[in-house]
Amino acid sequence: MSGPLVSSLELSVYTNYAIAFVLGLGFGFFLEQGGFGNSNKLARCFYFKDMVVIKVMFSAIIVAMIGIIFLSHFNLLNLDNIWINPTYIWPGIIGGLIMGVGFVIGGYCPGTGLVGLVTLKVDALFNILGALVGMAITAEIIPYIYKWWTGSLVGKRTTIPEYFDIKAGVVGFIIVIIALLLFAFSEYVEKRNNTQE
Amino acid sequence: MMFNLFTKENYMKPYIAGIGLGLVLLAAFYISGSGLGASGAMMRSVVATEKIISQSHVDSNIYLAKYGANEKNPLDAWLVFEVLGVLIGGILSGVMSGRMKVETNRGPKITNKKRLYLAFGGGALFGAGARIARGCTSGIALSGGATLSLGSWITMLCIFIGAYAFAFFVRKNWL
Repeated sequence: MSGPLVSSLELSVYTNYAIAFVLGLGFGFFLEQGGFGNSNKLARCFYFKDMVVIKVMFSAIIVAMIGIIFLSHFNLLNLDNIWINPTYIWPGIIGGLIMGVGFVIGGYCPGTGLVGLVTLKVDALFNILGALVGMAITAEIIPYIYKWWTGSLVGKRTTIPEYFDIKAGVVGFIIVIIALLLFAFSEYVEKRNNTQE
Repeated sequence: MMFNLFTKENYMKPYIAGIGLGLVLLAAFYISGSGLGASGAMMRSVVATEKIISQSHVDSNIYLAKYGANEKNPLDAWLVFEVLGVLIGGILSGVMSGRMKVETNRGPKITNKKRLYLAFGGGALFGAGARIARGCTSGIALSGGATLSLGSWITMLCIFIGAYAFAFFVRKNWL
């Protein structure tokens, strides 16, 4: 059956919301199981001491990516009906850099912070409260920088294969290779930095 | 046991957790056509709160209005229900692995109080960055990474650049 099922089976909004909840259960479960509820474990990634962030994130990306590429290749997933993030160059770069700095200062990102919060980590509570305040303030600023924020749009659904005119399978293959190199690097630095201590 | 799914510290092995996460993400795209997210639902809860305080303020701000102008309920969204699941899923996992413990995780050299200030400040920065970039590590880096979105890969790279570049200045908080 061709996905996304919400379009092909014409699922109701409420069914889709129930599915969202179940998928969220899985998301939260694996985040917590991976150790993402612990800020110190997350932050140690940025000192090359515990690379769990890289390992979990890139294995998840390549699994989902390979699945999407294959499903769409066999016409089992219509990519026109799935969410693809828009590409706004400058907001994407500046926002990304700010998030990175916030990550290493605060120890969490929003998803991991939520998982830390529900497993009773006090620093996660403060992190989430901070994030809510940061978002509320930024929402007051965005109208003043709206032209910049909506400028530098490359495309609402631009993908790497489309932009560089390379087959999705080739891009996917390159990303798998990069991920495997990152995994090998992660294992190497963990071993090196943790035997020194 | 020949093959153990868990580490000595009772975490799921990273690659196993990653594969599990990847399959959930793939299922989200296949069933609902959506990626997984976190900060979007948090923004929606901010707008829902602001609506209670002042509907006219929400209506007059072009950014807030997109979420909650007039009769629009910001919580009526796929991502909100997904995040409710994340909260419960985190609890299930925490209970299962015995990690439901009131604690403040930090490096050995700083006080709890300082850690909490930094957690708040870092969170505020992350929240700001997520609104500017239109998503966070879940919605942009993870989900957009899997769909090969150009902007997502640019932002993902910038998140890592920002974190690794700034790590030196806050090393005493973690190491």
